[in-house]
This record gives sequence, structure tokens and C-alpha cells, in this order.
Amino acid sequence: MSVGKSVKRVDAYEKVTGRARYTDDFLDYNPLIAKVLHSTIANGKVLSMDISEAVKIPGVVKIVTCFDVPDIRFPTAGHPWSTDPKHQDVADRKLLNTRVRLYGDDIAAVIAEDEVAAAQALRKIKVEYEEYEPILDVFRAMEPDAPLLHEEFPNNILAHSGYEEGDFEEAIKEEGLLKFEGWYETPIVQHCHIEPVISYAYMEKGRITVVASTQIPHIVRRITAQALGLPWGKVRIIKPYIGGGFGNKQDALYEPLNAYLTTQVGGRCVKLEISREETFVSTRVRHSIKFHITSYVRKDGRFVARYLKSYANQGAYTSHGHAIAAKGGAAFKQLYSAEGAVKADLYSVFTNTPAAGAMRAYGIPQITFAMESHSDDIARALNMDPIEFRRINMMKKGFYDPFSQNENYYDSLNAVIAKGKEYFKWDEKVKAYANQTGPVRKGVGMSIFWYNTAVWPTSLEASTCRMVLNQDGSIQMQMPETEIGQGADTVFSQMAAHTLGIPFENVHIVSTQDTDITPFGTGAYASRQTYIGGMVIKKTAEILKEKILSYARSINRIASADLDIEDGNIINKYSGKVLMSVGELATEALYSMQAAEHITAESTYQCKTNALSMGCCFAEVEVDIPLGKVSVLDIINVHDCGMLINPKLAEAQVHGGVSMSLGFGLSEQLIFDPKTGRPLNNNFLDYKLLTALDHPDIQTDFVEFYEPTSAYGTKALGEPPTVPPAPAIRNAVLNATGVAINEAPLNPHKCFAKFKEAGLI
Amino acid sequence: MFDIKDIYEAKSVKDAVSHLEAHPNAKIIAGGSDVLIKIREGKLAGCELVSIFKLDELRGVELTMQGDIKIKPLTSFSHITNDPVIKRYVGVLGEAVDQVGGPQIRNIGTIGGNICNGVTSADSASTLFAFDAEVEITGSEGTRLIPIKDFYKGPGQVDLKPAEILTAIYVRKASYEGYFGSYIKYSMRKAMDIATLGCSVNVKLTEDKKAFEDIRIAFGVAGPVPMRSPSAESAGRGKKINAELIESIGKAALEDVNPRTSWRASREFRLQLVEELTKRALKKSIELAGGAY
Repeated sequence: MSVGKSVKRVDAYEKVTGRARYTDDFLDYNPLIAKVLHSTIANGKVLSMDISEAVKIPGVVKIVTCFDVPDIRFPTAGHPWSTDPKHQDVADRKLLNTRVRLYGDDIAAVIAEDEVAAAQALRKIKVEYEEYEPILDVFRAMEPDAPLLHEEFPNNILAHSGYEEGDFEEAIKEEGLLKFEGWYETPIVQHCHIEPVISYAYMEKGRITVVASTQIPHIVRRITAQALGLPWGKVRIIKPYIGGGFGNKQDALYEPLNAYLTTQVGGRCVKLEISREETFVSTRVRHSIKFHITSYVRKDGRFVARYLKSYANQGAYTSHGHAIAAKGGAAFKQLYSAEGAVKADLYSVFTNTPAAGAMRAYGIPQITFAMESHSDDIARALNMDPIEFRRINMMKKGFYDPFSQNENYYDSLNAVIAKGKEYFKWDEKVKAYANQTGPVRKGVGMSIFWYNTAVWPTSLEASTCRMVLNQDGSIQMQMPETEIGQGADTVFSQMAAHTLGIPFENVHIVSTQDTDITPFGTGAYASRQTYIGGMVIKKTAEILKEKILSYARSINRIASADLDIEDGNIINKYSGKVLMSVGELATEALYSMQAAEHITAESTYQCKTNALSMGCCFAEVEVDIPLGKVSVLDIINVHDCGMLINPKLAEAQVHGGVSMSLGFGLSEQLIFDPKTGRPLNNNFLDYKLLTALDHPDIQTDFVEFYEPTSAYGTKALGEPPTVPPAPAIRNAVLNATGVAINEAPLNPHKCFAKFKEAGLI
Repeated sequence: MFDIKDIYEAKSVKDAVSHLEAHPNAKIIAGGSDVLIKIREGKLAGCELVSIFKLDELRGVELTMQGDIKIKPLTSFSHITNDPVIKRYVGVLGEAVDQVGGPQIRNIGTIGGNICNGVTSADSASTLFAFDAEVEITGSEGTRLIPIKDFYKGPGQVDLKPAEILTAIYVRKASYEGYFGSYIKYSMRKAMDIATLGCSVNVKLTEDKKAFEDIRIAFGVAGPVPMRSPSAESAGRGKKINAELIESIGKAALEDVNPRTSWRASREFRLQLVEELTKRALKKSIELAGGAY
């Protein structure tokens, strides 16, 4: 029984000893090297390109420009394909683009014998542009005279959606309501996976193989084929170990271009490695969102009416598009209820900044920063304890959402808050930090969150698993859900061992996905790996187990109903007697002169449920007012993610998520020159990703409520940890100083300005 | 892969100088933590290099017969921090360079490179300014000695003529004896970062520890090059130490500095840091000197 135990990661030794092979490690011969030429204007058009000097550089093999590529526009989002054209992603870019939509757009590519020649050639290409005004702000983009990034989208609005539940105008007529409103804003941040975006491509027998650092091999296969106008079977994607993705690699990034480049050099192997500076700008980022929230509240703290307006900066291309803003809209109405009405207007708007796509927690860190800041602002104005204010309004046990058919089976929010509150000694600290004076002050803050585990019913949820029994009773297991550092391979192996009744070490998971071999499934995204993966593993393991028992019956002449598998042995269920090991059975089955059989199982599971994952964060800060500095002294996330398959790995997920949110809340922000749209800090020196020294010890705790819709009782934990810390920190700063800072990150520049404005400096 | 046209490994200071004379476009490379970045960015792509990295004659810290501290330019940051002479006499310099980048950079980066790079944010520079350090420069016509403040000509510009090499940094006995110092690097992160503002202070107290006999205050990033604050120094020199005095020294520092607004920080924020860090570094230095405020 390995589920629920902190077994060691199946890839631990390989990874810590450096033996694990990543994309670049497979290239043990000299490939051609490709580099991309990026535009040096943010908005405009390439009129002409002069490559005559560049092609003369020794070692340059081929240069392709935006005028050479196929005239095919394709979508890049790593969503499952929809056979309904209305639900397909927006196809808005070519492999290289003449219409330049951001500073750093891809306009040409050089293929050379080595990196130096490729870089030299890039510097020699002369580009003539027609320039338009760089549009960096969503409100400017929506003005009637702003140039359109994409002709098909008037006012640069990719999408506008909304809802009104109840009658808002009626609801606010109630006597004695207090009105609160505020603007909140989150920054453009980047995933900052350690392994940059990298792939290599070559041709074999008229087909293209791309080995890539991606989260979604089967989806990248589809998109690559679409981009090149090829039958999908002509493309093969291989995904080895990857050094992080966090949603950036849930998009087709440079794999389609890489595939195209190999076709331009007779199928020779071409490597395309994107530098850190390029990754920041020319891959994907998190949507920066401006929120306006209006709330009508009774004096006792109960919400009567709530109205959200949100303006998401989509950047230059659609990528995952409006799905991010829409998910935020769902969180807004579900985390808190209002007795009268709840209303939302959600916009996603194109600007000449990097394309915003998927990033860990998909819009929820943004809305939660706004919503939870707003909650504290109201509680403070009402002189209520922020926890009490939340308790009156937050999602209750029994909540049911007719759209997703999600049900809240437990009183999760109260349960996680109780744990966090106790660990933090909340009441004592609130009392101790009241009425502070002096330049250095302490404060505590908290926030709660809502999170939807998977993507049903918005998108397809299906996965396929293959299990093959070996002579020794061990199995190979293949999954389309990918290991991206989160530990998926390990928990999948635990689940398979658990259901089959074989030892954990007898499950050999095939970590690499290869679209020629790996069963179909859509990869790693959302927080669905243990949820969806669990379902198909359970189903497949039960089929395999039944086949093993059926074979056991035939050779033992016992009714299979009386048999079971325990610890790798076929046993008589009633007597507990070991009849034979699974290994003995497998050997017999493979080499039997009477009834030879290769025992395997493969099945698809389509999931038509989703699950609500919830939790909270408590943070304690020290604010050095004259220096504008916030230090986090203590922080705890408490999650209800259902049952823990591997408690240590669960803890590690929380550490990573909290770390990401510390940066989101305190220091990370991609910035641009307002005049030209040129990125200013697209490197690790100037983009302030926190170092180990900048982190407090991160505390974690869990409430384990069995999720009834889930094969092993689990629900989301991959993304949720990165949701609540930033607002908890913001609220702690408010508690310490009385200053409400509504724009993340709360970096010293912003704190200094706000403290000064408040008269504290 | 780096785009380097040619690299010459110098065998001695003299050899390096004569090679530089023969190759006027060649750049000197020591630890490489600045030069290689510029090559990668394309700014120095295709350059010729003269490496002085293997010249052990330029490595190490010595106490001279006169009691001066001679720091040779190839000494790495981590060696400076751990050097017994530095620790004993000018500990603040070791602490300052221990805040450069991360461990790998401190092992490869050299103090000479840090200064010759000519940037205002160099963590070693403000402390060397505060100690009135002198630099020794060697060329084909011999050596010359100049105060560090004259070595800095402008952003990225130092007083190295073609085919000249920095060969030593001196901190004179009179400059460090009896002085206690503190360096505060203000940066956005606790490691792997450059200073938003650097402030290095050293003080010498009167025998009764009640007054400043001398004060030296230097800044990085408060102007285009590292600088001293004569106004702040004279506001404190010879005065009795008290909280009010520290406040007024902090204010006086604002008269000399001229930080600019850039996307890295506003002028207003940097001015706030000048005042605040001056006070904090002063307090720390007074404590180290055995005084109180």
C-alpha cells in the first residue's frame, strides 16, 4: 500500500546525481544552431529585410524571414482541440510575422553551423519598419483612435464576457447599505522555469521529429502540424525530463518554428534554444489585470451586492486568451456570496506587450489579490476581524454550481482557517500589533481562495493509460500526463501499485512521452494530474488486475472472485494463502506451451466532473518604513486538496507555490519603456526573482477531506499554493502600517511612495 | 560559445603591457565576470582579449613595512573577505565585497576588475573611497599612484591609458588606524543583486568616545561615479555625538549627492536612502568604535 506514504521520488537519484537527461543532453552530435531575430519596435510592420550581409558570414546555412514562411495562421494555446469551430482557440500568428505586435516579435531566423555565426548573422540583418504607436496600457488600447493589433478585434478587445446573478440595481436599493469600491492591479510576471525554452528537430522518412521541453507533447504535435499545414501524423513530439514549465510550456512556443526550420535544411537536425532574455519577452507571461470592485455591505458585514470589472492585459497574441479572465470571474462569484446580486464585466485586451498565456493558477492569483485586498479594506472600515468578515460571506458547505456541477462537500474554508489561525496565534498577534508607532512595525494578514481542479466542463477531460506486465511481475506504465518536476511520475506509480497490489518499486513508469508511442492524453496543466491521471490509472489497473486474476484462475483452477493480489502475490482472499507470485504468473503466461498470453491493459477514461480545492494563507511581516522594505517573518499555507498521495511531495508543491507568490507579491514585475515598449528588465539581475536568502521558512499544513468525485480522493494542489500568499502579505502590511497598497508587487519603490503619501516618511 | 577573436595569456605584467601596446584594441580580462557578459550581450562581440588572470604576482593582500595595506588587483572577493590582514584592519571592506553577487561570482570576480569596470554600484568602491584608497597603475613608462577619487572619470570610465594596468590598491595606515566602519548595501534582494544605493562610513572617535574625531562617508549610486560627502563629513567632524547630530549629518549628505531617476529607482527614493543609510551606517560605526548615540 503505497498511497499516502512519502515514498522517494522515482526520479530522485537520477536528478540529484545529474544523470537525468533533458532536451539538450540528448544532442551528443553537432546539430545546426538556429537563432531568432526579434523586432526592435513594439508596433508596426516589417517593410523589407536585407539579409545580403548576413548570408556572407562563414557558417551561415540558411536564413528565413517573415516573407518566406507559409501563409498559415495558427493558435498556440495548449488547450485540448475542440471539434466545434466556435470553441477553437484564436489562430492569430504565423511562424514569423511581418505585422509586428510586440518589441521582440519573431521576424526572421538564422540557421548556422554554430552559435557564434548565428549571432553574428542576426546582427547583420537590416530591417525596414513602418512604425505605429506602441500601446502598452489596456485603457489606451480600447480608445477609438488606438491602432488595432488584430484587424478582427475592434477596440483591441479580444473578448468581453460577464454575468449578472440577481438584480444588481434592485439589490443596492436596500436601506442602510455601505458602499466600498477600489482599484487593484497585478503585474506582468514570468514563469522563470530554470530550463529555458529549448527544442531540436530533424526529419526521418519524410516525417518531422521535435524533441522539446514541453508540458503537452500531444497538443504540441497538433499545433505544429497545423502551423506547417501537415497531416498530424507527420509530426512526432518527444518530451524528455523538463526543468519546469509552470504553464509557459503549456503553449506551443518555438516547436512549430523549429519543425519548419529543419524542413528548410533538408531535414538536418536544428537546435533552437531560447535565451533567458528572449524567454521573458517572446514566450508567455502572466496576465497583468486591473480590477475594479464595488461592494454593497450591511453594517454586520454581509455582502448584499458585488460588482467586478476586470481588464486583463492580453499582450500581443491570444494564446490562452480570455479563459484566464473568465476563470477569475468564476472565483469572484463563488468564493463569496452576496444576498442580492453579483455582477461582472470581464475584458481581455490586446496591447504591444508579451503575449499572456497560462501561468500557474490561471488568473486566480490576480483575482484573489484584488478580492482579498478588498475584503480586508471592508473589514478594516467596519472594524471587524478580517476572519470574521470572511466567515460571514465565504462559500459554505453544500454550495452547488449548476454549470460545473461542482459541489462543496465539506466545510473546508472554516477547517483550513482554524488550522492557520491556531498555528499563527492570530488573536494574540492582532492584539500585540495594534497601535504601533516607530519606523519598524509588524503586522499579520491572511487570505482565502477558491480553485477549480481541472477543466471540465469547459474542455475535454480524458486520458489514456497503458500497463504492460513483465516476466518478473513488474509493470511498465505509460501516461500522457507529463512529469514536469511536480512529482507526477511518483504519485502515478504509487496509485498503480496501490490498485494492483504490487510493490511500489515494481512499477516502472516511462517518464518520456513520445507521441508515436505514448497513449493519447493532453499533458500537464491545470491542477488535474493526480485527479485525471488517478482516474485512468485506477481504471487501467483494475483491468490489468482482472486479467492477472483471470489467468491465475485458469492455472490454479480457482474462481477468480476468491483471488486477490497483495504485495505482489496472488492470494486466496479467504485463507490468505499465497498461491504464486505475480512474477511466476507472468513468466508462465508469457512462455506457456498451452496458453501463452502477454498480459497488458490500456484504457481511456473520460472524466465529467471537477472538484473545488480550497485553502488559506497567513503571513506575518516586518515593515521597515524608512527603507520601504517588507520582510516576511512567517508564512503558512493550509490546503484542503483532498487526500495526500505523497505528503512530502505535497509539501514541496506548497513550498514552490508560496515562493512564486512571494515574488508576485513583493518583487517581480516585467517593465517596459513607456515610449518604445522595449523591455527593461528581461534578465535575472533586473527582474527580481527572490533568492533563497529572501525566503522565510515556509510552513504547510493540510486538511484531508476525501473528494468523492476523485479516484484516490484527491483534488487540486499543483497551482493553488501560489494563490493566497501575495494578498495575505498585502493585508499584513496594511495591518502593520495602516497603508493599503493595491498594486502588486509591494516592492520598495511602491512602498516608499505610498508610505510617503500616507505621511509615514 | 563566446564570440572572441583572440585571447592572449600574459606571462607577466610587463608582457601584458607590451602585448596591449601591440594590440591597442585588446581588452584586459581578469575573472571575466564583467567582460564575458558584455561579449555575450554582443557589446564586445568579436573582441581581442589579454588575460592577466594567471599573473599570481597580482594576487594577494600584504601589510607593508609602513603598515599600509596593499591589495593586489586579482585578489578575488572571497579571498579579500577571508584575508587576515583585511579582517584585522579594514573588516568593513571584506564585509562589503562579501555582498557582491553570489558565491560563484565572489570566487571568480576580482577587486581590480570591480574598480576598473568604472561603475558607480561596485560594492568595493564606496568603501575604498571612504578609506581614501590610492591606486597604482603600471604602464610601459613605469608606475603612477593616484587617489581613487581621481581614478573614476565618469560612468564606465577610469583613468587607465592605453596599455596601462591597475597593479595595486593601497589603504594607508593613517586612513584606517583607529577607524571603524560599516557598509550598507541597499538592494532589492539579499543576494545576487546590485546596489540601489551603497553607503560606506568610517569614523574615528575621540578618546572618551563621546565625539567624532573624524568621519568619512562615501556612496555608490548616489551619482554617476562613487563619491564622498564632504558636507556630511564636516557636519559631524569634531562634534559631540548625539541623536540630533546624526540626523543633521544624514540631512547634510543630501547636499552633495546627485542621484538620477531611472527605471531602477527614482531620484526621490535614492535621496531617502542616502539620508537613511547614512544615519544607520553611522550608528553602526559608532557602536563598533565603542561609542553610543
